[in-house]
Amino acid sequence: MTILDKVTALLGEGAVLEAGTDRVPRVAPGSPDAVALLLGTAHQEGWRVRIEGAGTWLQSDAPADLALTTRRLDRIPAIEPSDLMATAEAGIGLDQLRQQLADRGAWLAIDPPGLAGRTLGSVVATATAGPLRHGFGPIKDHLLGVTFVTGDGRMVQSGGRVMKNVAGYDLTRLQAGGFGAFGAIVLVHLRLRALPRADVTYVLEGAREDLTQVGEDIAGAGLTPAALELVSPALARRERWVLAVRLAGSPALVAADDAGLGAASGGGRFTPLRAEEAHAFWMRLAEGFAVRPVTFRIGGVPAASDELLDLLQHQLGDEWISASPAAGAIRWTGDASVDRLQRLRRTLAGLEVPLTLERAPWPLRGAVGHFGAYREGVGPLVAGLRRTFDPGGALVVATEGT
Amino acid sequence: MDGLPTHRRVPDLVVLPGSREELIAVVRLLAALGIPFVPRGAGTGLSGGALADEGSVLLVLTRLNRILQLDQQNRCAVVEPGVVNAKLGGAARPHGLQYAPDPSSQSACTIGGNVAENAGGPHCLKYGVTANHILALEVLLADGSLVALGSPGGEPWGPDLVGLFVGSEGNFGVATKITVRLLPLPRAIRTLLADFSSIRAAGEAVSAIIAAGIVPAALEMMDQSCIRAVEDSVYAAGYPRDAAAVLLVELDGRNADAVVAETDAVTDILRESASRSVRSAANEAERERLWQGRKKAFGAMGRLSRDLVVQDAVVPRSALPQILETISTIAKNYGLVVSNVFHAGDGNLHPNISFDATDPAVKQRVEAASGEIMATCIAAGGTITGEHGVGIDKLRYMPLIFDAESLGAMHAVRKVFDPQERVNPGKVVPLHACREWISARPRAVA
Repeated sequence: MTILDKVTALLGEGAVLEAGTDRVPRVAPGSPDAVALLLGTAHQEGWRVRIEGAGTWLQSDAPADLALTTRRLDRIPAIEPSDLMATAEAGIGLDQLRQQLADRGAWLAIDPPGLAGRTLGSVVATATAGPLRHGFGPIKDHLLGVTFVTGDGRMVQSGGRVMKNVAGYDLTRLQAGGFGAFGAIVLVHLRLRALPRADVTYVLEGAREDLTQVGEDIAGAGLTPAALELVSPALARRERWVLAVRLAGSPALVAADDAGLGAASGGGRFTPLRAEEAHAFWMRLAEGFAVRPVTFRIGGVPAASDELLDLLQHQLGDEWISASPAAGAIRWTGDASVDRLQRLRRTLAGLEVPLTLERAPWPLRGAVGHFGAYREGVGPLVAGLRRTFDPGGALVVATEGT
Repeated sequence: MDGLPTHRRVPDLVVLPGSREELIAVVRLLAALGIPFVPRGAGTGLSGGALADEGSVLLVLTRLNRILQLDQQNRCAVVEPGVVNAKLGGAARPHGLQYAPDPSSQSACTIGGNVAENAGGPHCLKYGVTANHILALEVLLADGSLVALGSPGGEPWGPDLVGLFVGSEGNFGVATKITVRLLPLPRAIRTLLADFSSIRAAGEAVSAIIAAGIVPAALEMMDQSCIRAVEDSVYAAGYPRDAAAVLLVELDGRNADAVVAETDAVTDILRESASRSVRSAANEAERERLWQGRKKAFGAMGRLSRDLVVQDAVVPRSALPQILETISTIAKNYGLVVSNVFHAGDGNLHPNISFDATDPAVKQRVEAASGEIMATCIAAGGTITGEHGVGIDKLRYMPLIFDAESLGAMHAVRKVFDPQERVNPGKVVPLHACREWISARPRAVA
């Protein structure tokens, strides 16, 4: 019996999808229980499994016996606008989720890089925050709880559905950004916000150093943008660097910040974007990180943002880059070799700045790893956690690299 | 004991290391001898989490109280675990910065304890709980080895082990250096006191404010029993004694115009929500008085009887009115006085039961009523603790919200950090409810 025969017998023909170009059998369980059944079987049979969402972010090329896609886990069991929480399965596309939330007057304040159909599970597993991290924090701050299936098929719940929760250890934060090394996320409880009644975007073009200063002035003036993003010309499709400011919230808050923006930028040089222009701008930015072979993020202290941008420019070029200077977060995309990435990671480690590889073809991410070498003493802890959640090593994830 | 009077333990030995080096040496000695130990801050916890049994050493960290670094430019500070929360806030203030988490015990509780419990506080509605403000940690594991978790910018170095450590109630080791995020001080603050003739109306006002897309810095509720306790005490704040409930709403921000505009919007919502009156603090002194009443409410309730159990549960915000009515019914059924003072904005309840612990029958009724309150909150989709932790007090409720598989996974994670389970043993995860324990039990013969 082939793996495909066994999976078909286990989950039915409807769960088996057409294989990708690498001919690895692709299976789409239709429920969290089916994910548990599949991973439990994989553990017993010694199959190596790679977890996929819609296949629009991380390349579907890890060597495996089986690809488990979450794309049929696309239900939204609960949207509670009055409690500002929702529960969604991991395979729901963010675009669908956003629309359904908006219809109920609710908003998930994240804008991760990637194409429109990128799944919620992918965003959580890779902790890829976008420009809204400036005002609303990293992905983990939007999570109330998760349910995940371990590499040997155990279903584990963490957190819950309420705004505060300290019952038990916070396994949710381990899963957020764990790149699937500790299990497959199947269900996510989300913290929502009221859909902003006012939402405007302004852009300012100029030299990078001038825009950096304007960004600092905006922070110094006490404005509270939802996003304050410095974007390279190629990524913004403009002639020069762009500082994009998004104000979102209650009309009172946005009107007050709006009035302060002109003063902070030395005389109102910002150009307001019409709603459709703003949507297109942010969409282009998000999609820009999903089309080139390699994407990574680095996180330093805010005061180091300029220095880090210089370093990236020097070592890899700064054609495709976006930064939230006040959050110390920078995302780069383009083409890079194993050697150059490893050299950059070593340099950054000396500055106490982690580099997290978000996307890359398997040969590169297998060598470099999403995280690279850990700091002293951390490796045994991560290895122990991996053994705990994937005792048979069924889940194919390039955490450390070779 | 700690801040919860229902649990008492006597350790074999209490050690108060005076430096990081002494702490490391003590933990390494305990590792060599295989002796369990319990890290403890100021002992203000409310779940029995920092109690050491006979056979354990209590490791008190209050002498490790130095602020090692305060970086104004990058808005962060590095502190030792024994630094008092309010002391850190005081040190940050001259630099135009604040440490946002503000538990009611902030004048005494330590940052190390806050990290262990993932402490909250009134202003966490807008600014988040402790986990949102910890960037990096140096952790001393049970075997005496040191590990560095996180990075100064807050980006995890690999999986988010800082996020995993915060709230682990001392089970994963001792935080020896803590890098915290500091936030700019708000330039404008407005504090409102609204009073209501019913708890339900106050609860509905809370929902209306949140639904309007406004996130106040704090949104606190007190019921009549609590109001009267405060007004009868030295902390009297001028709350109307005949109100069924009051809401304390604070709005703050860096943009004064925005704060004024949002305050006006909230005032309108409160009036539309059947508030009897809305009062704005006219100056800082009045604001402090209003807040003192709230923050010292637990102390004021201490006057009602010899002992006080401060409970902690979270429910969906929309369930607040119904839950509060049910809690009132439970109190009546057990003949107990329950007062409520809590973080209404995020549904974090604190039912306080006043009683005399010297009477075993009353103590038994308190335990039973606490259990019913927890069951009610769980049935409403809530959880058993929002900021006080599980400790030993909530161990019995853990199987009500987590299945054996999930508890087993938590236990396994704990063993990754502390294979011998020597740090703060017997807390957080009830071993008898874990999958491994259940499957290892002899099966009943039919």
